Amino acid sequence: MSRSALTFTTTAAGWRRASGWLGLAGLIAFACADLEVTRGDPGAEMMRVGLGLLRPDFLATEGLGRALANTLAFAFQGVALGAAAGFLLALFWHRRAVRAGAASVRAVHELFWGLLLMQVTGLSTLTGVLAIALPYAGIFAKVFGEFLEEADPAPAVALPDDRRRLGRFFYARLPLIWASCKAYTGYRLECALRASAILGFIGLPTLGFHLETAFREGHYGEGAALLYLLFLLILTLRFWLRPLLLPVYLLAALVWAPPVWTGSLQTLVRFVTEDLVPAPLKNGGGFAELWLWLGTLWTEQIGPGVWHTLVLGLAALLLTALLALVLFPLRSPLFGNRVSRGLGHFILVVLRTTPEFFLAFFFLIMLGPSMLPGILALGLHTGAIIAHLTARFSEGLTLRDDSPRGLNRYAFEVLPRLYPNFLAFLLYRWEIIMRETAVLGILGIHTLGFYIDSSVAEFRFDRTLVLILATVGLNLGVDAFSRWLRGRLRLSTRGQPVE
Amino acid sequence: MNASEAPAPLFHFRGARLGHGRETVFPALDLTVRRGETVALLGPSGSGKSTLLAALRRQRETLCAWCPQEQALVPMLSVFHNIYMGGLHRFSTWRNLRALVHPTAAQRDSVAAVAESLGLAEKLFTSVDRLSGGQAQRTALGRALFTERPVLLADEPVSNLDEHQGLALLRDTLRRHDSAVVAMHDRALALACFERVIGLRHGETVLDAPSASLTLADLDSLYLP
Repeated sequence: MSRSALTFTTTAAGWRRASGWLGLAGLIAFACADLEVTRGDPGAEMMRVGLGLLRPDFLATEGLGRALANTLAFAFQGVALGAAAGFLLALFWHRRAVRAGAASVRAVHELFWGLLLMQVTGLSTLTGVLAIALPYAGIFAKVFGEFLEEADPAPAVALPDDRRRLGRFFYARLPLIWASCKAYTGYRLECALRASAILGFIGLPTLGFHLETAFREGHYGEGAALLYLLFLLILTLRFWLRPLLLPVYLLAALVWAPPVWTGSLQTLVRFVTEDLVPAPLKNGGGFAELWLWLGTLWTEQIGPGVWHTLVLGLAALLLTALLALVLFPLRSPLFGNRVSRGLGHFILVVLRTTPEFFLAFFFLIMLGPSMLPGILALGLHTGAIIAHLTARFSEGLTLRDDSPRGLNRYAFEVLPRLYPNFLAFLLYRWEIIMRETAVLGILGIHTLGFYIDSSVAEFRFDRTLVLILATVGLNLGVDAFSRWLRGRLRLSTRGQPVE
Repeated sequence: MNASEAPAPLFHFRGARLGHGRETVFPALDLTVRRGETVALLGPSGSGKSTLLAALRRQRETLCAWCPQEQALVPMLSVFHNIYMGGLHRFSTWRNLRALVHPTAAQRDSVAAVAESLGLAEKLFTSVDRLSGGQAQRTALGRALFTERPVLLADEPVSNLDEHQGLALLRDTLRRHDSAVVAMHDRALALACFERVIGLRHGETVLDAPSASLTLADLDSLYLP
């Protein structure tokens, strides 16, 4: 046997190579990232936040009930509208234009939609509902469309061929995917509750609004109470979210916060035909000036924004991967004992339930502005999600009777078997990490969202539009790369939830 | 061999109930296997061969090399790593992890020796999911060999191999263990390789005799409806 060349032609070696390159990219990103702790005494601030979390004050917030009701109302209406629109779009999923359109609307984060819509519909229910419904329509279209694609075509084919396509759809297509659609919509409502709460950060009257104020002013006990209320809403969802009660909830949401259009048509027309038009064109300039304007915007904002977003996103991806690999055994039945699994489950639930945007905000308060809070927040939240999914997958593994234990079991038996799923989860989540990275800019981290937020504050909506298009481009690019890599490595998570 | 000089029993059951959970496979099993014996288990599928093997393993876990039927290899890893896996308990965790990333020359040589005896030398660094069924089965046997324990417990270890290769590998494998209990379906192979044959049917031992005293026709009766 030759000793010089040791080449493994194994399936695992392909995954290892891909992971190696991604890991290297992550390390370079860490090297480039600004990881400074800018707050003078982070330990003391952490203590104060910790104390606040231990002593939540549920009576301090004025109008708490209203904020809670708004959070629920926006989420319910947004999901209802988004699911309906997404379902209609899913029927035409075979059309390229529909797929491209859905991809573009979902590439824009709820908060960016909120910032744009606010200019036309103000701080209203309609803004909150549409900010959720628009991107969710794109997400629902994709998920429902893929459900339909993967459903067994046999029942529909077996029916006599006639022109009543709608009848055929309701009898032979819809029943096959109905259960999955229902389950997915329930999951989306959970996401929408988080999104609705976060919309408070741009001024809408939801939980996030009071939470931001409380934490910014150092009233950590009050902020903690708001956070726990959000946990309570999300964790009890499966008890109170009953199909029969849905119409009641939706009706209540509509009555509590009717999504009425209060602005004028004029505002909308002016916003679209004037505010969003690049300044040089509006002022009668030509193509040359537009080019110059774009060039300046690129060097001053888009370029740095895209770079910071990529660096933060890649660093967060690496942290996510490492955390997921360390955390999943905590919840997997193949490792540990009941106590360790219970503890692991608890940690993962808390990290999964807290929106990454909130986590970033907490770290920002404790550590001061740099990329560190963003990387930590995205890594912890996404790492917990992937750890949870991977642990769930590991429940299906059956090991030999004489399989080793502990670290040997992890490295030789378990990790190789679930690595393709782990990698697929990670690559799917990458797009979402990028989307969230951009939006962290609103908190003051210099990703694309920072420039978007600034341009809104300066009423330069033409820039806002171009910057948002840049986030769309970046997201679609990362998504395409991740899909290419998944195809190359033949990874699939068919039938498993990833979003 | 009379009772006074017989070696201590390796496995011993007396009126034992064996099964999975509530399902009983053997209502009352009486069986003794002594150190040094090689035993073939025969019987139609569902007669309890796998259940019995698992119960034997539980009695003497640390003595037994284990080669289960659902080969339970890790398909994405190489033949090298799958064979090495049999010996995980013999080395420190640190050494094992190192072997996973980059095996030392000594580790490679020791596994290569096993692979060579199984005709797998050329596939040593190929992953199991790229092998034929017969090659995968030999890898599973290799893992059991690399366990380096004196008692072999195996469930149809050569069922996917042609008869010549099966005979050669089985003989070689038995030579490397001082005792063995192996579930078989090839009756001729069982008579050729083992000293003792135990026939199972519906959770009972219906035959237990030295193979020298048996003919193929005796064994056929086990499989009659």
